[in-house]
Amino acid sequence: MIHIPDLAHATPVQIVFCILAIITLATAFLTIFSRNPIHSAIYLVICFFSIAGHYLLLNAQFLAIVHIIVYSGAIMILFLFTIMLMNLNEEHEVHKPRITRLGAIVSFCLICIVLIAIFINSKPIVGDYDSSGEDFQSIKVLGKVLLNEYMVPFEFASILLLVAMIGTVLLSKKEKLEK
Amino acid sequence: MNNILNQIGIENYIFLSVILFCIGVFGVLYRRNAIIVFMSIEIMLNAVNLLFVAFSTYHQDAQGQVFVFFSMAVAAAEVAVGLAILVSIFRNLGSITIDNLKNLKG
Amino acid sequence: MNTNIALVLVLAPFLGFLINVFFGKSLGKSVSGMIGTVSVVVSFVATLYFFMQINNTKQPLSIALFDWIQISNIKVNFGFLLDQLSVLWLLFVTGIGALIHLYSFSYMHDDEKMHSFFAYLNLFIFFMILLVVGSNLLVLFIGWEGVGLCSYLLIGFWYKNQHFNDAAKKAFIMNRIGDLGLLVGIFIIGNLFSTLDYVSLKTAITGATNLNTYWISIAAFCLFIGACGKSAQIPLYTWLPDAMAGPTPVSALIHAATMVTAGIFMITRLNFVFDLAPQVQTIIAIIGAITALVAATIGLVQNDIKKVLAYSTVSQLGLMFLALGLGAYEVAVFHVITHAFFKACLFLGSGSVIHGLHGEQDMRKMGGLKKAMPITYITMLIASLAISGIPLFSGFFSKDEILLVAFEHSIPLWVVASIASIMTAFYMFRLMYLTFFNEFRGTAEQKHHLHESPALITFPLIVLAVLATIGGIISLPFPEYNWLNGYLAPLFTKVATEEHGLGSTEYLLMTLAVIGGVVGIAIAYIKYNKQNTVPAEDAAITGFSKVLYNKYYVDEIYNFVFVKTINELSRFFRDIVETSLSALVFGFGKVTNEIGFYGKKVQNGSIGLYLFAFVLGLCAIVSYLFLAQQ
Repeated sequence: MIHIPDLAHATPVQIVFCILAIITLATAFLTIFSRNPIHSAIYLVICFFSIAGHYLLLNAQFLAIVHIIVYSGAIMILFLFTIMLMNLNEEHEVHKPRITRLGAIVSFCLICIVLIAIFINSKPIVGDYDSSGEDFQSIKVLGKVLLNEYMVPFEFASILLLVAMIGTVLLSKKEKLEK
Repeated sequence: MNNILNQIGIENYIFLSVILFCIGVFGVLYRRNAIIVFMSIEIMLNAVNLLFVAFSTYHQDAQGQVFVFFSMAVAAAEVAVGLAILVSIFRNLGSITIDNLKNLKG
Repeated sequence: MNTNIALVLVLAPFLGFLINVFFGKSLGKSVSGMIGTVSVVVSFVATLYFFMQINNTKQPLSIALFDWIQISNIKVNFGFLLDQLSVLWLLFVTGIGALIHLYSFSYMHDDEKMHSFFAYLNLFIFFMILLVVGSNLLVLFIGWEGVGLCSYLLIGFWYKNQHFNDAAKKAFIMNRIGDLGLLVGIFIIGNLFSTLDYVSLKTAITGATNLNTYWISIAAFCLFIGACGKSAQIPLYTWLPDAMAGPTPVSALIHAATMVTAGIFMITRLNFVFDLAPQVQTIIAIIGAITALVAATIGLVQNDIKKVLAYSTVSQLGLMFLALGLGAYEVAVFHVITHAFFKACLFLGSGSVIHGLHGEQDMRKMGGLKKAMPITYITMLIASLAISGIPLFSGFFSKDEILLVAFEHSIPLWVVASIASIMTAFYMFRLMYLTFFNEFRGTAEQKHHLHESPALITFPLIVLAVLATIGGIISLPFPEYNWLNGYLAPLFTKVATEEHGLGSTEYLLMTLAVIGGVVGIAIAYIKYNKQNTVPAEDAAITGFSKVLYNKYYVDEIYNFVFVKTINELSRFFRDIVETSLSALVFGFGKVTNEIGFYGKKVQNGSIGLYLFAFVLGLCAIVSYLFLAQQ
């Protein structure tokens, strides 16, 4: 049922997928485990890049680019700036009680097992992979879909970003006024 | 054009994103630092995005990718606002350990 | 036309009730009494109209007013049935009712709540008319409950006296037991025949070939229990003597002449049902005879003038039931009518005496009233002669017919009934001698105030005495002069009493009955007039008369068997069941409280804990949805 790639006869694509997946999971773990927030942020950037690699592997070029710009660029810069602003480092880290750590590990295992068990248990029927050859995810096609079919949500997304920007400005500014 | 999923298999993407999601959950539970919690949330979001793209390819349909696009927009807004809140909390309390954030307790 | 007059007949007393109950106080006593009386007189006139019509045409009038209830196959209309029986009954209900209203006008004039008295009386008349004219058993049941309610209200009219309240409650509760029987009987009949209408019931029963006699007998027995409660038969008779707590006009109207005869009316009305249940008829006859005897023996030693009359009523009702049980319905009806005349007269006379003595009811403190109250004396004497069965007075004919019927069917019943009627003669004249003869035994002040009652009181007395004298002519023992039997004949499925000529046996029996009556009177004369005996004080009564004086201790037995048991049961429930139940309920509260006290510590505001719970909950829900349900 579970398709385990045969590493000896793996195609290059499979090898690339495996490497990317390992990088993704490992950096995600490291993000959580590293004591220094700066290190976490760096690992997260690597994680995001590997996810962008997955997107590329799936031939979603537009998303890969947007992902790098938004996450690795904008969001990570924000994170780094914030961390630097607060001057966080290892000393700030509060030690958690052992019971909390244990609880976190237990729930991690639990949710992993449950979700995978569900997937295996539900016996998904995976049909033949359709490859009509029709272009559906090039930037050109996506742009048409986005600006025709999803015109209104697209505009709303811009309003959302505007509102978020105003909110952020207000949140940051208010403190200064009080001081 | 050969479908990439012929070689990798949709199950592997599902396993990958499930584990990634679980790591995000684990991070939320494990760490007290609000910024790391935030990063864990981003990991969860990305796990879902990855699954969207995989299924978009599986169905040969652009809608999944459009949805990921919107979810990125929301994530960007969320991070901006969330980090602004964290900054102001830090200014007020001097720390961003979530255990200290108990002001909403009844 | 007929419908309108029937509506006037029924609704006039109700209108009187409404006026009296809402405006009575502001209208003043005279106007309120006038309204009450006039409304009943209107009903009486309307009844006369129907009586004339039905006596001429011999056709029953059926008046359907509206559809009332329809449940599956049972349909009940609200309607009236005016036939020979109901019109006859209405005649003396409204007639005596009108006389007693007139009487109450004077009797209750000193009472501050006179308007509500008249309101209740009018309401009673309304319900009684409804009971009588209803075209089906449910309308009868409305009237039946209504008169029970009015009886309760009027017995407890002087509600400031707790004993009177207790008597009212007793009457109400005893009646409830009977009413339950009646209701069950109605249900069974409704189930058997899918109709409650008298006319269709009669057709259904007379037309059918194979009837379920077993269930019909049970229905008849249940109906008889109802009649027992209303008409004060053993074992449900104890309320009637206590009901004398009410004002005397009430005793005369409700507890002697009209309401207590409702049971007899019901049985007569459903004679075709009872004819199918010979066992039940036997029970009715035996119960009637025993009641007649037991009540008469109790009546022998009572000293309260109204109590004597009350037991006399129970005894006479027993005789009527005897006749009913023997299938002689027209004889029972005849006795109901004559009894209504003379017993109402006796009660009103006793009321006049009580009025003259300002509330004194103990016969030991009376005596010698003959000179002071001549009209009361004479009318009561006539009524007493009538109830004792002295020839030419009305009671003679009706009682004699009952005894004849009893003799034809069963000698033991005849013996019991004869003894009861001899006792009747004795205690009635004991009452007369103690009250009206010899010297006055009350206080000097009472003696000073002795006076004959006003005309409003004596007029009804005279009318009733005249009726008690001549009432017998409606059913003379000669077939060709027997108007009542012919009049009622269409009602009964069986041929009315066999057209027996008056042979030597009958004359002998009649003579025996008369001699018995005379002997009873003679004993009373010797004991209470010649020897001038006064009944002993309560404490000095000994022996069997003490048992009699205490009414065979029936009240005490009932008290011990039923009331005590129920009280014990209630105490058990209160002390044990209720306590443990409330402990349980309080326990729930306490447990919840404790859980809440400790549970609130979980809500400590720690986001980590919340998230942990959130993840666990998510796992639980997801695994329930996708794993457990497969």
